[in-house]
Amino acid sequence: MVLDAKIPEGKLEDKWRNYQIQSKLINPANKKKLSVIVVGSGLSGAGAAATLAELGYDIHCFCYQDSARRAHSVAAQGGINAAKNYQHDGDSIWRMFYDTLKGGDFRSREANTYRLAELSAPLIDHYTQQGVPFAREYGGTLVNRSFGGVQVQRTFYARGQTGQQLLLAAYSQLYKMVRSKKVTMHTRSEMMDLVVIDGKAKGIIVRDLITGELQRYVADAVVLATGGYSRVFRLSTLAIGCNGSAIWKAHKKGAYFAAPSFTQIHPTALPQSSEAQSKLTLMSESLRNDGRIWVPKKKDDTRVANDIPEDERDYYLERRYPSFGNLAPRDIASRAAKERIDAGHGVGRLKNAVYLDFKHAIERFGKQTIADRYGNLFTMYKKITGVDAYTKPMMISPAAHFSMGGLWVDYELMTTVSGLYAIGECNFSDHGANRLGANSLLQASVDGYFILPNTINNYLAQEIKSERPDIHHVEFDKAEQGVKDYVDRILSVDGTKTADHFHRELGKVMWNDCAMSRNKTGLEKAINQIEDIRRQFWSDVKVTGESKELNTELEKAYRLADFIELGILMCKDALQREESCGAHFREEYQTEDGEAVRVDDQFTFVSAWDYDEGNFALHKESLEFEFVQPTVRSYK
Amino acid sequence: MKITFKIWRQEGPNDKGGFQSYEVNDLTEDMSFLEALDHLNEILVLKNKKVVAFEYDCREGICGQCGVFINGRAHGPHDNMTTCQLHMRSFEDGATITVEPWRARSFPIIKDLIVNRSAFDRIIENGAFISAKTGTAPEANAILISKTVSDRAMDAAACIGCGACVATCKNSSAALFTSAKINHLNGLPQGAPEAHQRVLDMTAQMEKEGFGHCSFTGACEVECPEGISIVNIAEMNARFIKAKIFG
Ligand SMILES: Cc1cc2nc3c(=O)[nH]c(=O)nc-3n(C[C@H](O)[C@H](O)[C@H](O)COP(=O)(O)OP(=O)(O)OC[C@H]3O[C@@H](n4cnc5c(N)ncnc54)[C@H](O)[C@@H]3O)c2cc1C
Ligand code: FES
Repeated sequence: MVLDAKIPEGKLEDKWRNYQIQSKLINPANKKKLSVIVVGSGLSGAGAAATLAELGYDIHCFCYQDSARRAHSVAAQGGINAAKNYQHDGDSIWRMFYDTLKGGDFRSREANTYRLAELSAPLIDHYTQQGVPFAREYGGTLVNRSFGGVQVQRTFYARGQTGQQLLLAAYSQLYKMVRSKKVTMHTRSEMMDLVVIDGKAKGIIVRDLITGELQRYVADAVVLATGGYSRVFRLSTLAIGCNGSAIWKAHKKGAYFAAPSFTQIHPTALPQSSEAQSKLTLMSESLRNDGRIWVPKKKDDTRVANDIPEDERDYYLERRYPSFGNLAPRDIASRAAKERIDAGHGVGRLKNAVYLDFKHAIERFGKQTIADRYGNLFTMYKKITGVDAYTKPMMISPAAHFSMGGLWVDYELMTTVSGLYAIGECNFSDHGANRLGANSLLQASVDGYFILPNTINNYLAQEIKSERPDIHHVEFDKAEQGVKDYVDRILSVDGTKTADHFHRELGKVMWNDCAMSRNKTGLEKAINQIEDIRRQFWSDVKVTGESKELNTELEKAYRLADFIELGILMCKDALQREESCGAHFREEYQTEDGEAVRVDDQFTFVSAWDYDEGNFALHKESLEFEFVQPTVRSYK
Repeated sequence: MKITFKIWRQEGPNDKGGFQSYEVNDLTEDMSFLEALDHLNEILVLKNKKVVAFEYDCREGICGQCGVFINGRAHGPHDNMTTCQLHMRSFEDGATITVEPWRARSFPIIKDLIVNRSAFDRIIENGAFISAKTGTAPEANAILISKTVSDRAMDAAACIGCGACVATCKNSSAALFTSAKINHLNGLPQGAPEAHQRVLDMTAQMEKEGFGHCSFTGACEVECPEGISIVNIAEMNARFIKAKIFG
């Protein structure tokens, strides 16, 4: 299959307008007759559901939590980028576009990335109007701050709760449409499969998480907005329920999976402290503005941090990247930490962390200033670790954080299945091989509010002529039966190990061989190991309780079964890409001093995988750079 | 650590339910409280028993999905903290910990420690929004908002919707939750056009859901993970009177 990204004609700055001029419209009376399923209520899903409902479509929206307001978008602390140039520091749509493309190491499309930057300014207008209490200057204007990887101040924020505040705005707008009876919200409802009829996405099978009953929903188009899948590593900054299942099921029904292995590992999370640990808490990247990162020069140093004299500390980021220092981009900072930890310089009980030290900042600015800047983070650190970071350095460690990969989508955000769209973190589109901080709240929101509502009509305009299938269609029967068999099969294994046991095993393999640094031998070994885990899972997992009841253990198990398969594809993707780019670092492709080597003449493409009965066939969407030339990404 | 968990087990909304005790030996102080429950559940699975149903998602104190009564206090022994932020080092080795679901008429129990908080969503549905469609917003800096006003809106907006305020209130009142949302939106110029109707609709829904009246004991603000102040409730009452007169 030839992958057509459907990039509109014209100059970069005209493409989106040209697209809108040419796309088909649907009159209001007809919109009422069309229905859309939106799976997910994060920024992308809630934004899309609310906006499509305002336009007149009939919407069914689903989430697995008990309320739409709890989608994992809530967890974003840092902020959201927009090219407003309020700070008069030379920002522009073009600059933001370029920063994003470069940040992604030239592995994303120019046209998509440009559109992201172009729609960023109206998005801030929108959220402000919806009541988001963004930080303000005394004079009443909006404040900006800087974020990693760029030299202008374009990040908007709402205290340490940016994601929460944006999501509350989206959720409010969504519930306004629930009140208008244009949206039906289905909470505690999990999508278990996609229903494709005559090549078109027409519905989903849902499991009611309270009763365990399977339900069928039909619509004229299906939108997936199910977030990131970094829980494949088990330990990550994602919520426990975050899963890859919805997109994985869609993948198995024909949607290509793009760049599955591109995963961002965040450098400043709290380290794992025990085998029982279930998640890693992110500490805001902003701490790197004043904290200095170091490890002891001596291997396996057993002294406490404050007893180690200055000349025996290795400030390795400052040493290796003198111009960016502690503010080096995420992928680089994470990799450098891993390198030191692997070399035996890690600190903490499990020797898996590095220090983030505020001693010098406190000496320089005083404790009060540091408390004003990061007080809530220091309090959070104390709550979790019991340690006072004003007197002892924090211990931090890299953690899986964001999936740049996801379902392949074209410029209209449609997957390779007609009528199936993917928006927000669950698609692959704008971030290339590495995402810049504060760009993904933006991408999720822009996809949902502005892009999808302008592209879906192009498809629905033709669907209006065809009759909507009913839920007794044989494809619904088959899909529901498939889900039922699948769930029953998991319950019937009745083995000797818990789902969490297998998730820990999978996590270890993925973390060792498919995270910050990868190589051929490791990846090949990992694929075998995961195949093994899969076999053991299906012969030895134990899940108690029944399918037709609220059963949290069963939920864990069926989500894990999909993660296992996804893990294999991630390793295959990483193995195939014989270059280092962004977050994807192949050890065979590095300079003498350990920097990434991109191989543009062979790998300037988006990898898009066809499921092909589990054989995974690779297709390539070649990336054309018409307006900028890829350069070497250096932060030295 | 060795801990005895005394946990409320209830198969479904209509079952009677009761406490069951479980002894767990190999816990560590570093574990979070929810990880200790995870661990208990793994033990139960291997003994062929049904797991304890409890809620969580983000496990970092922001989504508001977790929340149980621990030794008689909402979210456990510390002030202003969620259940998922609680660690085992807060308990003595050998202790018995009693774990119960939120108890409030408007939050019916679904199973074990899980309750139904959809009443909160319905309060939001009835007015907690600004009716401006996507695509209709003016330039963000066209309406200036002083830092004081914006900071106060942010203080109120910080609510994570966990329900600890209701659970801890002897009247099961949702006044803190509702007032925080009203003050967030009504405090901003964007929220002004619908201000009066919002107060009337949201408070009416709050009553319809069966939440009790507020008698200003202040218990709620102690348990609120975001430290939302009960001054919000007084402010809501003032707004309510104004809305009745001018609305
Ligand atoms: C700790 C943390 C901090 C972050 N900080 C920032 C930041 O400062 N700035 C920034 O720009 N980005 C940040 N990000 C990234 C950003 O928050 C996410 O990429 C973005 O919010 C994703 O939004 P979404 O709508 O795609 O998905 P989500 O918000 O994750 O929503 C997913 C939705 O899908 C539903 N769902 C999932 N699976 C199913 C299923 N099978 N069936 C039914 N429903 C399902 C869920 O219930 C949920 O409603 C951060 C991420 C994390 C984890
Ligand atoms: S699990 Fe999200 S607040 Fe506790």
